[in-house]
Formats: sequence, C-alpha cells, structure tokens
Amino acid sequence: MSIATLNQLTPKDFQSDQDVRWCPGCGDYSILAQAKKILPDLGIPREKIVFVSGIGCSSRFPYYINSYGIHSIHGRATAVATGVKVANPDLSVWVVTGDGDGLSIGGNHLIHLIRRNLDVNILLFNNRIYGLTKGQYSPTSELGKKTKSSPFGSVDNPLHPLSIAIGAEATFVARTMDVNVKHLAETLLRAASHKGTSFVEIYQNCNVFNDKAYEYATAKDTKEDTTVYLEQGKPVIFGKNRDKGIRIKDMEPEVVTLGGDIREDDLLFHDEKAAEPSVAFMLSRMRHPEFPEPMGVFRSVDAPIFETLVHDQVTAATEKMGKGELSKLLNSGDTWTVS
Amino acid sequence: MTTMQTPSKPAPKKQVESLDDVTVRFAGDSGDGMQLAGTQFTRSTAIFGNDISTFPDFPAEIRAPAGTLAGVSGFQVHFSSHEVHTSGDRIDTLVAFNPAALKVNLADVKEGGIVIVNEDAFDKGRLKQAGFAENPLEDGTLSRFSVHRVPVQKLTREALKDSGLGAKDIDRCKNFFALGLVYWLYGRPMETTLKWFDEKFGKNPTVGDANKTVLKAGYFYGETCEIFASSYKVDRAQLPPGKYRRISGNEAASIGFIAAAQLAGKELFYGSYPITPASDILHTLARYKNFKVKTFQAEDEIAAMASTLGAAFAGDIAVTGTSGPGLALKAEAIGLGVMTELPVVIVNVQRGGPSTGLPTKTEQADLFQAIYGRNGECPVCVIAAKSPSDCFHCAIEAVRIATKYMTPVILLTDGYIANGEEPWAIPDLATLPKIEIRHPKADNGHPFMPYERNEYLSRPWAIPGTPGLEHRIGGLEKQDVTGNVSYDAENHQKMIHLRAKKIANIAMDVPELKVAGPEKGDLLVIGWGGTYGAIRSAVERVQKQGHKVAAAHLRYLNPFPRNLGQILSNYKKVLVPELNMGQLRMLLRANYLVDAKGYNKIKGKPFLISELEIAIKEAL
Repeated sequence: MSIATLNQLTPKDFQSDQDVRWCPGCGDYSILAQAKKILPDLGIPREKIVFVSGIGCSSRFPYYINSYGIHSIHGRATAVATGVKVANPDLSVWVVTGDGDGLSIGGNHLIHLIRRNLDVNILLFNNRIYGLTKGQYSPTSELGKKTKSSPFGSVDNPLHPLSIAIGAEATFVARTMDVNVKHLAETLLRAASHKGTSFVEIYQNCNVFNDKAYEYATAKDTKEDTTVYLEQGKPVIFGKNRDKGIRIKDMEPEVVTLGGDIREDDLLFHDEKAAEPSVAFMLSRMRHPEFPEPMGVFRSVDAPIFETLVHDQVTAATEKMGKGELSKLLNSGDTWTVS
Repeated sequence: MTTMQTPSKPAPKKQVESLDDVTVRFAGDSGDGMQLAGTQFTRSTAIFGNDISTFPDFPAEIRAPAGTLAGVSGFQVHFSSHEVHTSGDRIDTLVAFNPAALKVNLADVKEGGIVIVNEDAFDKGRLKQAGFAENPLEDGTLSRFSVHRVPVQKLTREALKDSGLGAKDIDRCKNFFALGLVYWLYGRPMETTLKWFDEKFGKNPTVGDANKTVLKAGYFYGETCEIFASSYKVDRAQLPPGKYRRISGNEAASIGFIAAAQLAGKELFYGSYPITPASDILHTLARYKNFKVKTFQAEDEIAAMASTLGAAFAGDIAVTGTSGPGLALKAEAIGLGVMTELPVVIVNVQRGGPSTGLPTKTEQADLFQAIYGRNGECPVCVIAAKSPSDCFHCAIEAVRIATKYMTPVILLTDGYIANGEEPWAIPDLATLPKIEIRHPKADNGHPFMPYERNEYLSRPWAIPGTPGLEHRIGGLEKQDVTGNVSYDAENHQKMIHLRAKKIANIAMDVPELKVAGPEKGDLLVIGWGGTYGAIRSAVERVQKQGHKVAAAHLRYLNPFPRNLGQILSNYKKVLVPELNMGQLRMLLRANYLVDAKGYNKIKGKPFLISELEIAIKEAL
C-alpha cells in the first residue's frame, strides 16, 4: 500500500462488518472509538496490524477492528501475541485484555511478555469486576467488595496493574480512562509509538456489574481533586485551583498545598525517562482517597526488544556458520560408509 | 603428550571368540560418567560397522545421593553383526561401578554373563548403602556369573600419578578405564574416542591426555592381565550400502523439523518449555539458528502452545514439544488450534505417568490423551514414530499433514526412542516429500472467506501482511465459510462434522498398513510407537518356529490407515502389546468390533523380545 493510500485511511476503514455486542453504555465503546480514531494516524497499513485478545468482554475487541485478529483463550493473548511478533516482527501487534484475563488467569504470561520487552501494545481494560461471567470480584476489586461470589465482601487484597507492570520492568507504562477521550487517544498514540512493550491501564466503567467504580475520578465536581495528570518535566500539581501537589518526603509521597513555605520547586517533578523505576512504582501505588490517582505516562524508557534479539541471533548465526544447508546437517556427526 | 607405556613383556596371546550379538551395560552413580562411557562405546561400535541400538536409563534426580540405589544411572548398548531392533533383552557384560549399580542391574545379566565390578567401591559403607548385608563379591551371590574384580579407582590413580592433575580430577577419569577395558574385551578400536578427547579437551590438553592415558591403561589391562581368558569379536553387520550416522529420536525429530521447514520454504518456530525427556529437541534446535530457526523458551507449557499458534497464524512452520504433563497443560490451546484450524505440530515425548510419574522412564500411556484429551469434539491428527530414526520422517510427515489439512498434529514418541540411538542410513534429500504451501492473495472480485474449504476441506492459510485478507479468527464456534462467530444450532453440528471429516479424510492420503508375515493367519500382533523393534523381533522368532503369525505397526493413530479393518479381519486372533493398560486395544475393539487381546507392561521399561515371544505363543 502506498503512502498516499495510507493517508487516506480513516477510522471507518478500521470498522469491521460485525455488530458490536457490548452492553449499551459500556466504557468499551469509547475505547474502540478512540482506537479506530488513532489507527489511521500510525501510518501502518491495515494488513500489518494484528489485534490479539483472550476471554472477557474486552476480548471481543478484535472482532470490531478490520485488521488481522485472534480472539484466543482465557489469559493467553500475551502468549499468542509473542508467537505472532516473533514470527513476523514487521507487524504492529496489539493485545487487548482485562483485569481478569490479564491479571488473574493470564498473570503469568503478562509479566513474562513485559520482562522480555516484546514490541507490542497492551491495553488492559480495568473495570474491577468480572463482566462476561456476570459479576464476580476480580483481582483489582477492592477489599470488602460485595459481589455474587463474595456476598459478605471480598477478602482478596487487590493488586495494582501498573505496579505489576513496573515490577516486571515494563519500558512504557501509562494510565488513562474511557471517558476522557482526548487523553485516551493521546495515550494510545504514545503507546503505539513506543518501541518495546507498552502497557496501558484504562479505567473502564462496567455500567451493568460495577457501575460508577470510577465515579470519584470522573465526576465533574471531584475529578480534579482525585486525579493528577502527569506531564514530563513538570511538577506534579492537581486540584480545582491547581494548588495541591505531590511532594516526596522520607521516600514517601505526600499531598501538600502550595503557598506559604511550600513552592512548586519543592514538589516532585515528573520524569518518565528515569532509568530507576522506583518513583514510577511509587506513583502507581497512589490510591484514592488518600491520594489523587495519576493519569498519563508513568514511564517511557528504551531497552532492547525481544523479537529483535531473536532475529539478531539468527542473523549472527547465519553470518558465523553460513546459511544452513540441509545436506550438511544430515551428514553431520560421526558418519561412516557401508559399501 | 603423556603416553601410556606399553607393557615391557609381550602380552600373552589370548583366545578371540566370535559372537553374533552382544549387550553391554555400564552402570554406576549418576556422577560416575556412565552415560558418557556408553555414548563413546556406541560411537566406536557404530563407526566400526555393527548395527546398534542403545538405551540410556537414568534417574530423575540429577545427583541422587552417591552410592544409593536411587542414584544408579545406566547406559545399555546392543550391537550385532546382524540387524538389531531393540536395545537388547539380557546383558552379556555388566560394568558395575559400585554395589548399588550391581544390585539394581544384576537381575538383567544373562546366566554365565560377565560382571566387571569396580572393586574399590565395594567398601563397608557403600555395601550398606546398597542394602547388602554381606559383600556379594565374596558370599557366592555372583556364582552364576563370570565375575571380574578390577580395582578401577586404584589403577586410574596409578596411571595418572604423574599427570599433574588433582585427586578429584584423576578420579573423574575412571569411567574411561572401564571403557578401555570393554573396548579390549570386544575388540573395538579406540581411535574414535581418542579423537574425541582432542576435540572435547582441546583447550585443556592435560585433562585430554589424562583421559587418553586412562583409556589405554584400561585397554592394556585387559590385554595383559590374566583375569579374562579370552576376548570377543562381533563382526560388522551387513547393513545396506550407504552413508550412515548415529541418531537419537530427539535429534532426528529436531533435524526433521528443520528439513520440513526447508521443504516448505519457510522459517521454523519452536516454542517450548523445558521438560524431560523432550528438552533435547529445544537444545538441538537452539543450536541451528543458521537454518532460520527461531526457538522460544516459553514461561510455561501453555505459553509454549499459545505462542506456537501465534507463530502459525503469522505464517511460520510452528512446532512445540513436550511430555505427558505438558500435553495436559497444552490441551485448551490445542483446542483453539482445532477451532481456528491453524497448522501446528505438537511432539509428545511420552514418559511414565500419571502426574509427574516417572520422568526419565518410557511409557505409551498418552495415546488417549493425544486423541481425546481436550474439551468438546476436538479431533486432531495423531501419528507415532517407531524408532529413533523414524522420528525424522515422522516430523516431516507431521508438518506435511498439518499444513495441508490446516490442523494441529500430535507426534508421539517416547523416552526410549527419544534418548536411544541407532545407525541411520542418511536419506537422499531428493527422496523427501514435498511440502507445498499456498497462502492466498486477495481476489478483488470475491470477498475473502476465511472458512471456505478446498478439496481437502482445509481452509485458506491467509497470513497477516497480506492486503485485502484482513480477518479475525478465534475460539468461538465459526460460521461455515465466513468464519464469523455463530451460535446457530445447525451450523454447530455442521462444523463439528466438517472438522471430524477433515481429519478422517487424512486416511486417504497416507499409505495403507502393511503386515510383516502371512497375509492371513492365526495371529496378528499389532503395535504402535517405540515398541516396533521388540514386536518385530519377537514375531520373527515365532514365525521361524513355523507359526502363522504376522506383525503390523501403526504410524497413523488418528485417523487409522484405511485398510486396518480389513487387515484385522484376516487373522483368527489379534494381540496388542503396549506399554500401557491397553489403549490401542480399546480403540481397535471400539472401532472394528474385534476381540483384540492385550499384552501390557507398565514398568517404565521397553519390552524384552523374550517376554513378547512368550506372550505371542500363549496367544496363539
């Protein structure tokens, strides 16, 4: 496909012929719309894009994008994507998963894909509930959460998706939310342009089984006090009046109000390029209501890419040993002739 | 270079007896180097020109406590002046490096067989560890054998006292003293091993020279000492002319997959998680990256299978390897392969089960798992290799079927043929089958239908990167032709039948089953997989005694060869020897209503020819 044609691609070109079957009002619609919106901007022809998913509401995603796609089995999208990307590094590979698919049944593959730094984009839709199985608590549901499978409240301590990603040495880590479509689109674009594993947690509302889970972060009157947008090189400031910030004291974050003795220079300045991930990790642990929850890019660093290393070894071996010849291989080892 | 002093007085000329067929087993602690001694004996013997078959038998523990029964590691070599099909029933010569090795292996030694013991290891402590109340070398336990007490450790130390090596390094050479002695006993040339020392220890000539010295010392000890009345010779076998090499099943499978990828003009992806006894395939393929081989050591068995599907979707020849417990973990993803109709090959190097079972021992108990071990009606093609070298051909055949029929194929081998070695007449490349791959291109007049089928009922293998063929596949039931998700009742039934028929049709594309022996008769002995050699040899023996017995061996287990039912009906009785509880027997009974009987052994060991001979005669 020529560049000219590429430029002509529109969101509509990425629309498949399948009816979208998420519940009306689901946050997934917004994510799908923004993905379709940014895909033409990547300059990648449709046939070189592959969406891979596992099982769950989010995992229906590939059916709704007119590219190549695999709707695989529960938790294994990351492993399937690894095979796709290693076989053909030329492809733009996207993994769409959820809090159950990615962090429960698929937790193992997720951390291993991330530590290898495969060049794929992982979108984890976090609605803090099991939707497709109709409402059991998930690995990100809060302690005490009452669901069908936890009528007396969940006794499972939840985990933070971004802390897992950073712990697994992710080279690109970001958070965004379904309703902030502008930020969502920007974040998806940044994830796509990163070389290496991009891990994006998307706060997504399940209006049927866990409605208003993120109301604190999305409601007009509270959102500016409950979230903080990270900007590279800038102090971490938030609040309706832009008068609150995050300061590091004794290796721990604290919320401070600007004015008096406290000036902007005293605050944490966000550095997504920091080689050491500890501050990013600390940010990933900041939780409502004690803290505003950070949005944006936590970390974006460069590291060797897995599939490139795999192919480099093939190239190096071929240069060193010569292109493999089958007859030589068959005739290797101790041979003898019977006449 | 240190050289061994040749004895000053000429060695007494000893008698040389001619033998047809010999089985030698080296046995000792896991750390005694028995596998290495056995491998070297095999190399020299193969290059000398005998037919061979080997059986490495080692514990699951890397180093079980020294001197214990659990830690005994053995390597058996069967070699002959005629064709051999098994690693040997009874041992002619046992080399036992300690009391535990003697205890574990003595029952397998022939009456009157040779037992060479490392006398230095028969001290009070190690005797007790092996559970001997009295020293068996002195209490008459070994009276039925020709026992040779050799102070291997002492002689090794003596031979290397000026080598400059430390005591530990010196003791590590003692396996080669025993090897040298057995080389002399059977008139084997030492050159192959001497050359190997140079290759292996090129950077450390002191160790290389020490090993040479010890090997020769062992050889000359046999020649000079009075303990052996005679040595033996086993003439070269009359193998068909050609160029040969030794090959193990895992090596053959690895090379087979490389060959298959080349025959298909594609790159090979091998995604696998280490598991005994399949890991050697991963090790072998990881070495051959210059053949455009990409190996991926996955984080677990499931990821290995899932990544293999991903690689197949993207257009590679995609293979994974495992053993029984790993196949269980892969089951769901294999089902995805059946639903998405992607070409993948799964090698299952079977081992003793259930659960972790006997990781280093052989068994054939995964046949049902391979054929049925998935949720839903989930047919895959299942084939099995019959010998180490047959793994090469089966690997190519598995890839051929997988890509032609767009299906997962399970290739069953087992620990016995995977680790065992045999001579292999190196095939001519021109004789290997062609593997034709067709990836569709967009046809603008015709919308792309991912589940439109060809004459083999295969769907098109459209790979990402092909403009105009963008499509989505997945584990949900597919609508016929379009491949869209479908919950329609009639469609589901249709697709179940289509998938089943596609696999059943493979029977039209594989050779008919052949029998060895009379085409009609009293008894058909039918088996599958690594029991081929033992069954064939036993049947030949019974045939020579005048019985109307034939042997048949199945490579294709799902689907069965199209003439199998006819063949079964040509015999009054059917006997199915298997290293399981009768899985093939049950399939034959269910499919062909034949009153097949089984001979079943589940000991983690291959069949002996002699036990099958008895079973066949009893079945007649």
